[in-house]
Amino acid sequence: MIDKTAASVAEALAGTPDGATVLIGGFGTAGIPTELIDGLIEQGARDLTIVNNNAGNGDTGLAALLQAGRVRKIVCSFPRQADSQVFDALYRSGRIELELVPQGNLAERLRAAGAGIGAFFSPTGYGTELAAGKETRMIDGRPHVLEYPIRGDLALIKAERGDRWGNLVYRKAARNFGPVMATAAKRTVASVHEVVALGAIDPESVVTPGIHVHCVVRVPRVATQAGGFKAATGSPA
Amino acid sequence: MSASWRRRSKEDLARRVAQDMFDGAYVNLGIGMPTLVANHLPPGLEIVLHSENGILGMGPAPAQGDEDFDLINAGKQPVTLLPGGAFFHHADSFAMMRGGHLDICVLGAFQVSATGDLANWSTGEAGAIPAVGGAMDLAIGAKQTWVMMDLLTRQGHSKIVERCSYPLTGIACVKRVYTDLATFECTSTGLRLVDAVEGLGLQDLETMLGLPIAPPPLS
Repeated sequence: MIDKTAASVAEALAGTPDGATVLIGGFGTAGIPTELIDGLIEQGARDLTIVNNNAGNGDTGLAALLQAGRVRKIVCSFPRQADSQVFDALYRSGRIELELVPQGNLAERLRAAGAGIGAFFSPTGYGTELAAGKETRMIDGRPHVLEYPIRGDLALIKAERGDRWGNLVYRKAARNFGPVMATAAKRTVASVHEVVALGAIDPESVVTPGIHVHCVVRVPRVATQAGGFKAATGSPA
Repeated sequence: MSASWRRRSKEDLARRVAQDMFDGAYVNLGIGMPTLVANHLPPGLEIVLHSENGILGMGPAPAQGDEDFDLINAGKQPVTLLPGGAFFHHADSFAMMRGGHLDICVLGAFQVSATGDLANWSTGEAGAIPAVGGAMDLAIGAKQTWVMMDLLTRQGHSKIVERCSYPLTGIACVKRVYTDLATFECTSTGLRLVDAVEGLGLQDLETMLGLPIAPPPLS
């Protein structure tokens, strides 16, 4: 019998090794697996490489993981924000390494990892400083840059609903990086607000098939506040 | 400058950009000034707005109190979804863009070169923390990339230049530049004027930009 559900976040994250590359989903207020990030802080792994679109907001979640000195390197597209002060201070004092990746290349490099693609040529970034030193090629009269996959040891993603086989559906724009990150890591842990019986998710609507998910952990629904606008009170419907 | 012309206001500029959209167009509006274009889309046209975080059919901001933390745009502001809208993941969203499926992308800019090079992600200032987001993907992805910006800096320097001095976002990717004073087309041989505010002539603009500008094609 397959049962990928875990009783707790701590159980889901046990054994995460030092030096791991951790893919973390989320964009703005949507899809951030806050409880799993908090669990990673508790769990204690160090010297991490974090892949996320941003580099933490405020002083909670990813920012708290950075503040705790647990992250060696961050791979992201948009570290600088109005409330990215934790990352800013670490970066300015040389205590964190940054690999800046255009957002679409970030998503495609994750996709390539999950799809077993060795590398790919992308037109994005050609002729810019973010492509400096990379191999280029003219294809059909258009210049391209060679980009390599980004593989994770662990992916932490947030979904809406899951079952014990790990099938997932998401909610609105909270889907963002979840489905690609799920495919790109050796171990994928998904937080969900609801665990349902096998068959309860319409198979036509499964977004991430369970083969990509190793652990499902239920967390209560709370409104994420880690974004760029003032929070309304109460939970989203 | 003893100007006998009046600048387009931000709203007028947004209206000018919107005027060139067409029925059925799939459009991405960049963060900042381009977002205003959504308020001026010509009535009667169905235009599908794309947001790179995974939305097609994006609608206006919700009423206060109806914000949904899971429904935000690329600028991380709350939005709504129109009937017929769809959600998809990031790799699909950027594939839509990179694959040339979007008709128009409207972006802000620090500088644009006469041949359409774009600089809009970094001022290259020493010590600044870099951030690129989707700028480079957007610049080269859509069938047409349009820029929307003031023509002059606060110091009065032209933001349309022969060669960008700021770090590049993309090469020869901008087709049109809509500004508060005039609209230009970028071509492989340089600028062509599309229109200008009343009282501002081709020669005034050439002096202002320090660049040759081809006249609008005879219509």
